[in-house]
Amino acid sequence: MTDSARQAAERVARASYGRLVALLAARTRDIAAAEDALAEAFRRALERWPEAGVPERPEAWLLTVARRAHGAARRHGAVQADARQTLLLVQDAVAPQAEALPDARLKLLFVCAHPAIEEAARTPLMLQTVLGLDAARIAAAFVTAPSAMAQRLVRAKTKIRDAGIRFEEPAPEALPERLSAVLAAIYAAYGTAWDSALETAPDTGLAEEAIFLARLLVALLPGAAEARGLLALMLYCQARQPARRGPDGGFVPLSEQDSRLWSRALIIEAEGQLTTAARALSFGRFQTEAAIQSVHCQRALTGRTNLAALVTLYDLLAQQAPGIGVLVSRAAVHGEAAGAERGLALLDALEPARVAAYQPFWAVRAHLLRQAGRQAEATAALERAIALTQAPALRAYLSAQRG
Amino acid sequence: MQFMLIMTEPGQVFAERNLPDKAPAYWGAWNTYIGALGQAGIIVSGNGLQPPDTATTVRIRDGKREVQDGPFADTKEQLGGYFILEVPDLDTALDWAAQSPAALVGAVEVRPVLPPMPK
Repeated sequence: MTDSARQAAERVARASYGRLVALLAARTRDIAAAEDALAEAFRRALERWPEAGVPERPEAWLLTVARRAHGAARRHGAVQADARQTLLLVQDAVAPQAEALPDARLKLLFVCAHPAIEEAARTPLMLQTVLGLDAARIAAAFVTAPSAMAQRLVRAKTKIRDAGIRFEEPAPEALPERLSAVLAAIYAAYGTAWDSALETAPDTGLAEEAIFLARLLVALLPGAAEARGLLALMLYCQARQPARRGPDGGFVPLSEQDSRLWSRALIIEAEGQLTTAARALSFGRFQTEAAIQSVHCQRALTGRTNLAALVTLYDLLAQQAPGIGVLVSRAAVHGEAAGAERGLALLDALEPARVAAYQPFWAVRAHLLRQAGRQAEATAALERAIALTQAPALRAYLSAQRG
Repeated sequence: MQFMLIMTEPGQVFAERNLPDKAPAYWGAWNTYIGALGQAGIIVSGNGLQPPDTATTVRIRDGKREVQDGPFADTKEQLGGYFILEVPDLDTALDWAAQSPAALVGAVEVRPVLPPMPK
């Protein structure tokens, strides 16, 4: 009984964290207090649900309890107490709950992307408040110390609370700038889920969540080509997800994946989204990345990978978004198309400090060195890649190449 | 919510206030802006200030009073005036700040006003 109540609470926590934080903070702008109140509501749920049973609408139950806790904390906090806002909170708590809770997450996403927030804090803030990732996982995704990331997040939340930022979708003229930060956050969340799919306990909910938010954006802003591009990109990747691990759970690299396991329905949907996006003639990195995935997925029909198209697209992407991940992938594709030495030359051109602890760099380097017949160097690079790999499936795959 | 709009202007703009060929445009722009704020009914208070060369700065150091000619910071842009506005949120305050003549030539800092101290 306790276990099932705990599982129910965890399920709701996973599915509704961002929705509930967004609803609570929309009234008060106080994200940190909203998170505290929600934590308190989850604590009470774990006390109460095992005895009284899981309520019929657990989300609404949590929201009501969290709203009371949120209001009480603010009244006791007194310093900032604003009678009008407290009144609103009380009204919310007693008003009959609507059948479906409104989704305030997009509002919260756009608040986190506000130019008044320190730029480096925007994406991490969205990941934490809307998608419920903890500071340590966000720090890992951004290659930062967790303590520095935690501080940055606290500062940003304080600014949102005190600076009086509006909790609304932005005006049309402010949209493009804010939208790119929102897209970056959704993509980072999907990237975290993608990596976690190779771990022992994959976080499957996060990928769905990221795709759901992208769909919400596309519905809200049908003309935003890059939002559609991002949705297409994630759908392509999601289509290949079932083929990334073999029957034994082992890692299967893209080039060896059985394309019959890829989801045709998702690929078709992705193609449709990408075609619609391209019609707007407003190209950007996400459409390019989606196009790259499209080339990979065409192997399901043609039986081969169009390397020339990949080289062109990666060269374009390296201009649009010269991040370290893109540059390493570009080197790998060039190595495939024009020979290992060409790929190695591109890897050597990267700044050593940026790649020292970047696992894909060492894995690609090991692969290219082996193809070039430089066995001793290949072994050293492979050992370095293994040392930087956490996911057991990927570790096992790399270790098997030890020759 | 109350916000202070801190208007800063570069040195030569202060001089324009008294130049016969520039003054009408300078004051005309401010009159229009203040008129719009007044129409919107959001001014809590506000004033223009005499130029920075009329400023005197005082500090207590080692228990001694130090009085200095000039503004506290020797920067290219100087405080020229301020408004306190009652508006719903930062974004509205930023919209008003962006319309001020100071935003065109200098900068406008927008800060929320602290709520009154609890009794």
